[in-house]
Order: sequence, then structure tokens, then C-alpha cells
Amino acid sequence: MRLEPITNPSLARSLGPPAVAVVATIVIASLLAMVAGANPFSVLGLIIKGAFGSQFAALETLNRATPLIFTGLAIAVAFKAKFWNIGAEAQLYAGALITVVLGTGALPWSSVALIPTLMVGAVIAGAVVLLVPAILKTRFGVDEVVTTLLFNFIFLLFISMLLEGPLKDPMGMGWPKSARVLSEARLPRIVDGLRLHWGFGLAILCAVVVWLVQTRSTLGYEMRAVGLNREAAAFAGIPVNTVLVKTALLSGGLAALAGFSEVAGLKGSLTLDLSPGFGYTGIIVAMLALLNPLGVIVSALFVAGIFVGADSMSRAAGVPTYLADMMLATSLLLMVLAIMLTRFRVVRD
Amino acid sequence: MKHASDVVLRLDAITKRFGKLVANDAISLSLRRGEVVALLGENGAGKTTLMNILFGQYTADAGSVEVFGQTLPPGNSRAALDAGVGMVHQHFTLADNLTVLENITLGVQSLLGLRVKKAETSLKIRELSDEFRLKVDPDARVGSLSVGERQRVEILKALYRDVEILILDEPTAVLTPQEADDLFATLRIAIANGLSIIFISHKLHEVMAISDRVAVLRHGKLVAEVDVADTDKTALSGLMMGVEAKAPDIAVAKPGKTLFSLQKVCTPNIKSMPGLRDVTLELKAGQIIGLAGVSGNGQAALADVVGGMRMPSQGVLMLGGETLAQWSPRKAVQSGIARIPEDRHKTGTIADFDLTENAILEGYNSTPFSRSGWMNWSKARRFTSDIIDKYDVRCPGPDTRIRLLSGGNMQKLILGRVLEAEPQIVLANQPVRGLDIGAVNYVHGQLLAARDRGAAVLLISEDLYEIMGLSDVIHVIAGGRLSPGFVRGSMTPSQLGIWMAGQGFEQSDLDGEVAHAS
Amino acid sequence: MEIVDILISASFWAAAVRIATPLILATMGELICERAGVLNLGIEGIMVAGAFAGWMAVYSGTGLWVGVAVAMVVGMGFGLLHSVLTVPFGLSQHVVGLGVTLLATSSTYFAYRLALPQVTSPPKIEAFQPYEIPILSDIPLLGQALFSQTPFTYLAFALVAATSIMLYRTPLGLAVRAAGESPAAVAAQGLSVTAIRMGAVIVGSGFMAMGGAFLTMSAFDSFFFEMVNGRGWICIALVVFGSWMPGKALLGAVLFAAFDALQIRVQQTSLGVNIPYQIFLMAPYILSIVALVLVSRRAQVPAALMVPFNKGER
Repeated sequence: MRLEPITNPSLARSLGPPAVAVVATIVIASLLAMVAGANPFSVLGLIIKGAFGSQFAALETLNRATPLIFTGLAIAVAFKAKFWNIGAEAQLYAGALITVVLGTGALPWSSVALIPTLMVGAVIAGAVVLLVPAILKTRFGVDEVVTTLLFNFIFLLFISMLLEGPLKDPMGMGWPKSARVLSEARLPRIVDGLRLHWGFGLAILCAVVVWLVQTRSTLGYEMRAVGLNREAAAFAGIPVNTVLVKTALLSGGLAALAGFSEVAGLKGSLTLDLSPGFGYTGIIVAMLALLNPLGVIVSALFVAGIFVGADSMSRAAGVPTYLADMMLATSLLLMVLAIMLTRFRVVRD
Repeated sequence: MKHASDVVLRLDAITKRFGKLVANDAISLSLRRGEVVALLGENGAGKTTLMNILFGQYTADAGSVEVFGQTLPPGNSRAALDAGVGMVHQHFTLADNLTVLENITLGVQSLLGLRVKKAETSLKIRELSDEFRLKVDPDARVGSLSVGERQRVEILKALYRDVEILILDEPTAVLTPQEADDLFATLRIAIANGLSIIFISHKLHEVMAISDRVAVLRHGKLVAEVDVADTDKTALSGLMMGVEAKAPDIAVAKPGKTLFSLQKVCTPNIKSMPGLRDVTLELKAGQIIGLAGVSGNGQAALADVVGGMRMPSQGVLMLGGETLAQWSPRKAVQSGIARIPEDRHKTGTIADFDLTENAILEGYNSTPFSRSGWMNWSKARRFTSDIIDKYDVRCPGPDTRIRLLSGGNMQKLILGRVLEAEPQIVLANQPVRGLDIGAVNYVHGQLLAARDRGAAVLLISEDLYEIMGLSDVIHVIAGGRLSPGFVRGSMTPSQLGIWMAGQGFEQSDLDGEVAHAS
Repeated sequence: MEIVDILISASFWAAAVRIATPLILATMGELICERAGVLNLGIEGIMVAGAFAGWMAVYSGTGLWVGVAVAMVVGMGFGLLHSVLTVPFGLSQHVVGLGVTLLATSSTYFAYRLALPQVTSPPKIEAFQPYEIPILSDIPLLGQALFSQTPFTYLAFALVAATSIMLYRTPLGLAVRAAGESPAAVAAQGLSVTAIRMGAVIVGSGFMAMGGAFLTMSAFDSFFFEMVNGRGWICIALVVFGSWMPGKALLGAVLFAAFDALQIRVQQTSLGVNIPYQIFLMAPYILSIVALVLVSRRAQVPAALMVPFNKGER
């Protein structure tokens, strides 16, 4: 078996991978439903209904998509420069941490001043968290996959320590959770009375900004060049290490905004279960979007829909919710294969 | 007297395509016992592809390979080795972390075997080593060996497996003339022992010296098969190129002022690649300075220094009259140094970028291509279209992905992007490697035009004849040391060859000592 | 001083070796993969899958060693998936590895929930019991530490020795080491790079799964979520720390485990009681990062690690 490059892939071929991903999720869901002894069609139907079938469901999906857009963007930006940021989880919690540290009363300001301050603080926190692995990579050549992964564990323990210590909510009845942020720190609802908060709007805005940066700015050009061919970029005079550090800062900051959004928009306080793995799911979101910032919006909605739908389906049909994770993991693998097949033809020897 | 029944190898109508490119077009060739057949052709003519098919690394689209009367299963190197075919690749296939013995015995014993038979293997290696005059230490780590030693290991790999047909792909590309002579001595012993040899080369003098028959390939076709006794270098050259190789008609130039110089520059060795040792070099305006040398003798280090990739660990760089305190690729570009990199695929271009994005790789960060961090793509596209027109880059347009272009057109884009600004210094590192004759002439024309404009052109090439044909002054680099400059026409190839082997330096060191003593 | 007392106690070193065992097994597995040139980031998920598979087999009635075999086979299955995508198809080893970890973890949790839908506290099995090797276990300190472990730990030691012998003494090991350094050299000698790399990943993944199984069948006796808790990632650091050599990696694993065992005990001491327990839990992860930084300079990385080999590539 041999791989032969295809010189000019047709548009149809190029759109194959996301299509493959969607089909794969449907097939896997059906198979697993049968394994669990349930009717595949009803399982699929329950998932769709649970995701978009009612106003409540749709808003829940949009809410769930919000942090995924942020982490998806963070990872799309990093992966595009071939910087493997697997630590979005820690960066998310860093953003959440700053939001709580600054937003629970330390800064008694009005919303107009407080919210942007919290956002900036979160971005800085996330950037700093990713800065350490970034410097370890550029200075010492240490692979960032393992360092960012290990950092997730370290940071979560750090949060746990703070939540049981200095950040503990005095009115929390002993539960490890932080105090609630001031009402001035809360992100308002997009429409009064509906559960959707402005974090969603912020996420969309970030996606557009990232897209503009990638296609129109010199930094975006540098990031793409470094990601595609580091050697050629260095030879041409592009400051590779600086670009990687800037990429890391941008990526960390975006992931941190997910934490900010969850605390200021949805939960109101910091707990250890703030993120059910948004940092890792962001990888799937980014890959399904082919690392395109605008595509991240669509794939985040897709992924959120599957999770929300699976939750609802699980309550109704009893099939374990991990169905959703399995669907997405499989579609990720198949998608990467499909991407390769858009560029190469498999030739029998 | 050779008989038809002595045919050991027969290639029958071998055809191979890579996409639209026909690398081998119905090539038929046979080899008789004890013969040396040279496979001659330019870069890209299809020689290595043909041999890789024979050896089983590639599979032909049509045609068959017969060794000692048996048809070989295609794409199976193991079968080729078992049938008695061995290949010494141009880029050595050795594992640096293993010893000589381990590299030689890799794959010989069954993978299900329990122990590597070190004692037996070592003995056989020493026997072969003595018999074929290939000196190696079986327990040395390959990573620590010199290029010449590594080639000896490559050859022993094949001899160890008792091959009867030996293929050598450009074996002297990385050897000094003296090492090449040692290689030919080994090959003569091999032939006396009953081996038959196919020898790929693009060097006419070698082909004439060592082979019995020459098969000439051009653009994938076998265009001629002649006995060496019946031909000469001019005829072969004509067959190889298809057109008369144009000897450039150059007037000797008068050197202008020094635009860039290295003063006693040293750089550290990197793995097996030597660094520069006390290199002093002046690049003068209006001259082509040719750097001759066997590849792997410090050319990369010198190119890195001039190109801004590396700051010397000792010594001084001077631009114009100023000493450089800091040096980087960006600074080199800003200082008016145009760099044509050795490998257009790896360092010169970004394959998945389009022509526009590639054209502004060095200049993107300043007006007119960007302002305050925002790109001006329309200006960039216009710049690229200008280059496409002016430098005859054959392509659909400035938005085409550069990986779709041929090597020659890629090189023209690279030329255009660096020469448009009329740089005062041009660093051309293997600028015509892998290009067809039309592109070669074009590139040479551009370099000469730059020179005539008053630029200093540093030309680095493995092809001694290219250097001799174009340069106003020639330096030789060997082991990181730089020879004095030899004016155009003052040295013969064999005289330069002595310097390339490092021997000229020893003599001049001795002369220096005598001069000091007296 | 209390810490010194801990360090010279036999029970401490016995605990260190016990804690080290899953690390030793999984690190050997990753080492084999990387020596052949493939980075296997599926290690974390494969350990989870192995932990559940082995335990589940025993819970369903098979013997302990059958359970270990089942875990190994499950690991090899995920190894097959990983290697098919990364070797012949040459897909990104980073993305495929993470995908395999996600798939292995989620399929494990899914299977667990399906098999035991109603449980509140994880059910237990009859785990491996320590077996004292006669005579050797009477040696002071070393005897308790090394020779009074469960048979599963003895298996781990044996596998380290086997890996070392295989890599450095056999023709197969030679081919594996060459594949990770210069696949071109392997192909030129008529061997199949694809077969060697896939074989290494499959076998290595089997070892990883066994490392996970140790947690549920020897260290503890039940399966719970978040059990592996990043050990797989630590093993990746351990491979680098051990310079891709089995013996050194073994020492690295024991060193890490010793540190882990130490922090549990130090929490009890007067010194440790005032320090939040999270600091101690962080220590292994921080140590891994430090180890990576220290070794990265001198690393003799297999030159073809993470470089796919496309035969006949122009």
C-alpha cells in the first residue's frame, strides 16, 4: 500500500472530512445504542430532541457551546502553529480563578468597568499559565504535549487547595466552592427571561476576531507559516520562537475566557466541577472545524448538541451518557483519516 | 568474450509514473556478468527511480525485472537481495545509533532468531574488509564515522549478503578524488570476483574511466546505449543534455569594493558536519565568487554565516566597513543579502502556501506588504504577478499553491523574490540542483546579470564544472578550511581536486612554516 | 528525624516498588513504541481500558492471570487501532494518540456503566496476594522491598528484563532500534518498516494495559473512575528520563514511586501535617516536568520518532 499525493483536490473531496465526522457519529450512536439494548432510532431521536427539540434544549445547547467555542478557538490557534496545547483545562480554570479572585468584592466597581477588567485579567491568567510550557519548549526543547497535560493536573490540585483554603465560601456550608461573584460581575442575559447569557455573544465575537487575525494580520501570517514549515519560516527571518510564544499567549487567553464566561455568565462561582473536560473537548471541536475559527462556531454547536442531547437521552432511555464521548472520539479519528484521504490517494502496490 | 548467456540482469520495458510525470518510459536494459554499465543522465532523468524499481523500493507500473533468469516480484527488496542484487544508495541508509556490525547484520538473520551472531558476523566483516580493501571497525558507532567510512559500510552491507549485482547511486558525490580512486579499486576487485555493476552518475569523466558500457537516460527515456570504447565525453554530453551544453561567454570582471567579509571566522562542528576554521573571505562587488568542494565540508556552515542563520563563535563579520555585532536572517535580508537556499522544498518555500504568500516570506513585515501589523494582500498579489511575468514563472496565477509548480518554476519564484530588490550580495547555494537545462541556463543568466549590475555573488555548488564555468575567483573549502582565491582560468580541475582533498592546505601550512623559519 | 526513619524502613521501599509497578509496565510499553519511532499518546486511555478489562474479567469469574491476559489483549486492540492510523496511513501521532485515549477512556466508562448500572460503591474482587520468594525475601530491607511483592510485580520485573534482552540481543530488537532511528536503513535491508512499527505499538500497548490492570488487580481491588489519574502522562516523561533504555526507565519509575510513597508518609509527620495535601499530590507531576527539562538537553531521542515512513516517497 502506498500514498500518492493528489495535486488538486476537488471541493467535494475537501468537504468530505466534516461530512464523514457527522455520519460517523450517527453510525456509532446507533451501534452503541444496540449494544445497550435500546432502539437506535429512538436513541438518535432523543439525542436530537434533547439538543434542539425545545426552546429550553436549544438554549442549553447554546450555553454548552459557549465554553467550547472558546476552548475550540484556543486549540485551533495553537494547533495551526503546530503548538500542541493540551492544557486548555488548566487555562480555563486560571481564567475562572481570576474572575473569582477579582470579582467577589476586591474591585467594587460597576459592570461597565468590572466586566472588561475581569476579562482582561482572565486572558492574562490563561496566557501566563501556558507561558511556562511555551518557554520550556522554546528554551529547552521540552515537548509541550506532556508539559501542558501534566499542568492540568497540577493546576486543578492548586484550585482544590485554594477552594478548601483562602477562597472557601464562608456561606458555603463546608462545600469546596468559592464565594459568588458580585452581581456587577455577572454577564447579562442576551434576552431577558431566557437562560442564554452574553458569553455566547462574546464567543462569537472572539471567533470573528481570531479569523481576522489569522487571515489579515501579520501575526496570523507568521503563525500559519510557522505551523506549516518551521524551517522555511526561520530561514526567511520570521522570529519563530517569538511567534510560538505569542501563539501560546493568544491560545491560553482564549481558553481562559471560557472559564470567565462559565463563572460570570452561568455558574456565578468557582467549583471543582466547573469544567467537565471542556479543555479536552475543545480538541475535538477544533479538529472537526479543520482548525478554521469560523468553523469552530459550527462544530462547537454540533458537539454541544451531542452532549446535551445525550444527557437528555440518557435520562429517558438509560443508555450511558458516555455514548457522546465515544461518538466524538470515533468521529475525531475518522475525520483525521478523511482529511488525509483528501490529500492522498491510496494506491495498491 | 562475453556471451548472451552471460546476461545476469534484464530490465524489460520498465515504466513508472508519479502523477503526471513519467519518470521511466519503457526502459529496457541488460547487464552481463563482470560488466560495468554506467547509467548516465542529468538530475531528474530517471536513473535513481529505475534502480529503486530494480531493488524493490518502488513498484513499476509496467515491465518486469529478471535476475539470473528469474522474474523478481515487484516492490520487494528482500526478494531482490535474496536473488543477489544489492544497492548502495546515494543518501546512505544507515542507523547512526547502531554499530557498523549491527547495521550490516540488520535483516540478515531471521527476526525470530534468538541471538545476534556477533562473533561470526565480525569475522566475516573483517574478511570482506581485507579482501575488498574497505577498512572499517565493526564495533564503531556509525554516527561517529566520516562520509567515506560510511560509504564503505554501505558497500560492505551489500557484499556481506553475497550479492552478485551491485548498484551504486552517485557514489562519488560525497568523496574526494582520492577516495573516489579507492572506491574504483574496490570495484575492480569486486569485478574480478565475478560481480556485475551498475553505476549511476552524471559525471562524464568517471563514466569514461570505469565503465564498459553507458546507458544514457533523458527525461525518463533510454536515448542511447554505447560501448565506452566507441564514444567520448562530448558525444555523451550531447546525448545526455539533448542540446549543446552552453558554455557561458563571460568577460573577466574587475573586482569592485568589498561588500561583505569574514575575518578568521570559526563555527562549531555539528554532529558530523565540520564547522568553519579560521575562514577569511571577501565578497567584492561585480564578481562571482565560486566555492568548490565536496559536499559536507563546511559549505552549509558558510552559507549559514553569510545568510544570517548563524553568528560565528570566533572571528568577525563585516558588512561594508562595519563590524556586525548582531546577525540574524532578518538582518541579512535588510542588509541587502539575497539568499537562494540549498533546498527549495525544505527551506526555500512553504509547500501549502500560495505563490503570493511565498513571495513575501522575507518582506511581509514592512511596507508595502503590511502596515502596523495588518497585511496588504492586494499589493502582495501585484508584487507576485510582477515576478511571475518578469521571471517567467509558469503557473496558473499568484493564488496557486506552490507545491503544484515544477522545481524550475519554484526556483524562478525564489530568484524573483530575492533579486527584485536589486540586492548588493547574492548567496546562491546549489542554485541549479535538480533543474532541467532550460532552467539551469536561466538561473545562471540571472546570476551573471546580478554580477554585471555590481552585486557580489557567492556561488556554492557541488558541480566543479559549474563553478569553473561561472566564477571570477574560486575558493575551495575542505574540512571547514578555505583555500586562497584562484583567479578564473588559473587552475585545472585536478589541481582544484588536490585542494578539495585537503592536501593543498597541508602544503601551504608547510610553506608557511618554512617561511617563518627562514 | 522522621523522614530518615521513613527512608530506611523496609515497608516504605516495599510500597515504593508496589506503586512503581504500573509505571514500570506502562513505561516499558511506551518505550518499545518510541524506540520503533512511534509516540503513543493513547497510553493514558489504554491504561484505563486495561484496568477495567482485567478487573471485569475477574469479576465475571475468570482467574487472575486470565484477567491479566484479557487486559493485555484489550490493550493490543487499541494498539492495533493506533498503529493502523499512524503507521501505514501516517496520520498525526499527536492527534491519533489523544483520540485513542479519549476513545479508550470513554468506551471503558460506557462499558462499566452498562455492566454495573446500579452500583454506588465499586465492587471488589479477590486481588493478587503478595508471594514471598523463599530465602530472598529474608534479606534485610531488599528482601521485603523486592521479593515480598505480588506475582504481578514479579511479572513486571521479568518484562523489563525481557524487553532489555529483546532490544539489545536479538535480531528483532535490532530491527526495532533501527526503525526508530533510520527507517530507510530498515527498508533497504529488505525488512518491513510498517510491520516492525505496528508490532512494536501493539505489543507496547499490551504492556500499557497490563500496567493499568495492576491498579485494579493488585494495588487495589476495585475499579473506579479517575483511577489512572495521569499516570500515563508521567510514563511518557519517564521514557525520556530513562533515555529510552529499559534499565534506566525502571530506576526512574522506582524513584518517582518512592517520591510518591514518601509524600503519603510525610503527610503523617509533624512536618507534613501543616502542608495542604494537594501539594503532596502535585509533587509527582511537577517532578515529571522537572525531569523532562533536565534530560531534554542531553536527550538521545530516536531520530525517526514521530516521522512517518513513506516507502518510495519522492
